[in-house]
Amino acid sequence: MALLNGILAQLLNGLRIGSIYALIALGYTMVYGIAKMINFAHGDIIMVGAYALYVFVSLLHVHPALAVVLTIGFCAVMGITIEKIAYKPLRNAQRLAVLITAIGVSYLLQNLALLIFKATPIPFGSIIRVPSITVGEITISGLTMVTLAVTAVVMVGLTLFVNHTKMGHSMLAVSEDQGAAKLMGINVDRTITITFAIGSALAAVAGILYISQYESLLPTLGALPGIKAFVAAVLGGIGSIPGAMIGGLVLGIIESMSKAYISTQLADAIVFSMLVVVLLLKPSGILGKLSIEKV
Amino acid sequence: MKKYGKQIIGCVAAAAVYAAVMILVNGGFLSRQMMSLIIPVCMNIILAVSLCMVVGFLGELSLGHAAFMSIGAYSGALILKSGLPTVAALPLAVLVGGVCAALLGLLVGIPVLRLRGDYLAITTLGFGEIIKSVFNAATPVTGGAGGLKKIPPVTTYRNFTFVYILMLLVILLVSNLVKSRHGRAICAIRDNYIAAEAIGIKVSFFKTMAFVIAAFMAGMAGVVYAGNIGILKPVNFDYNTSIEILVMVVLGGMGNITGSIIAAFLLTVLPEMLRGLSNYRMLVYAIALIAMMLFNNSPLKRMLVEKHNMRQAGKIE
Repeated sequence: MALLNGILAQLLNGLRIGSIYALIALGYTMVYGIAKMINFAHGDIIMVGAYALYVFVSLLHVHPALAVVLTIGFCAVMGITIEKIAYKPLRNAQRLAVLITAIGVSYLLQNLALLIFKATPIPFGSIIRVPSITVGEITISGLTMVTLAVTAVVMVGLTLFVNHTKMGHSMLAVSEDQGAAKLMGINVDRTITITFAIGSALAAVAGILYISQYESLLPTLGALPGIKAFVAAVLGGIGSIPGAMIGGLVLGIIESMSKAYISTQLADAIVFSMLVVVLLLKPSGILGKLSIEKV
Repeated sequence: MKKYGKQIIGCVAAAAVYAAVMILVNGGFLSRQMMSLIIPVCMNIILAVSLCMVVGFLGELSLGHAAFMSIGAYSGALILKSGLPTVAALPLAVLVGGVCAALLGLLVGIPVLRLRGDYLAITTLGFGEIIKSVFNAATPVTGGAGGLKKIPPVTTYRNFTFVYILMLLVILLVSNLVKSRHGRAICAIRDNYIAAEAIGIKVSFFKTMAFVIAAFMAGMAGVVYAGNIGILKPVNFDYNTSIEILVMVVLGGMGNITGSIIAAFLLTVLPEMLRGLSNYRMLVYAIALIAMMLFNNSPLKRMLVEKHNMRQAGKIE
């Protein structure tokens, strides 16, 4: 019984961290699907979100609820600005050129944060204050409940948005075939901009949840979750929205299970080995479509 | 004679650079800071040129180059620490480092090269992280997160000649390889792998070959790194290191070896040159990186290139 409870507790842990990965992976996968680029700076938007929340709550003493809204708005605007300045001029350039620019943006954001907030970690208590509940012998922390609830709401909302609104449809169209979408009268530039805004807003949500869990601010805090979320996106099949969700959750569960039962040090190695195994068995990810190349 | 013109220029340039560095070092014209940069420059050139073969000529994005470097560095460092005299230990270490990295390259390459594009990129990144974690966990051999310490400093600027020859060999090998029959096959795979397969090029064989050779060179660079820095930590070989090498290749112009060499030199020296700006150093570096990429693809650059081409055409007429 104790073993079962332990496994359940780890499963909950995994779902909590996995849903944060899923939120970030959604941003990666949407931008990839529509702009066909790996946005390496996406992980750093999480960091920007975390710092923005800190500034609003601790320095400007804004009410936490309002601060969350402001943070999400700030990150969305940030995402749009980055897209307009750094990525838009490169829309027809080599894909690697865009990748390197994204890496440049990532360095830029990290170093700006380093200059403004310095390298010493800033402690920052969680703004989520929900009491934990106990079901049977398992205690579910308030943070876990909030994280899972927020992620579920965001995912349902996003799925509805993509499948049932005009904007969502044009996103699907642009990701299917940019040229054809343009001919059908879809404003491709605006669609890409909105995709970046949504992706960055999701990263901000992930940043808020992440910082509520780790409670310490660092300029490089976005790098590792960013890279893992990217792995999650590829695991689920990059470009696929449900794929990103599944990939994120699977990754989180594998990570927390291997941390608890195998080895803390080797947890990352196990996570990445899973990626390699999955890709070797199914080279386009769990839900990815394998495009057939014609000559 | 014209056929050999380029090679003669290359030899003269290589000799001139060597002579210049020797004069500068022995004449005491360089500050200690500049002297400490000589070996990293050579090392980064080896890394950039080897990655250039995978990314520029084979056309596959690899984000795990630092992993091959780390295997080479650790295996080489263990030999350097074994107490053999430097004359024997250094070449042996470089060879063993290269071979270990090449074996890993083969191990990684065979399954991974079934994948293409971004999937390949993320898998190489994953492999890099796996190897980093393994080095972190294998404390008895690698010293874990604390690092493998007290590696004899055998590749400092005093041993410049050895490292320089190693670098020249790598450049020579890659630049001749890409011009050979095998190299043309590799480029054909990059340009259109279906067409390449259709005319009978063994795609997986050549992909694996390019991957393994690049890994071998990265392993050698790793040994140079170990002998220069004296302590190895798994943190130094994370994906950021791989990305730094990739930036050199892309900035140098894909599939351009000379470009990779120049970019490797500039990107190694630039951060040190900017040290005067202290905290703003990396910020300037980031902005410079973005600006260079934007300029490379701007209408202004296209106009300049076109003008240049027109002038060349005018000359020929």
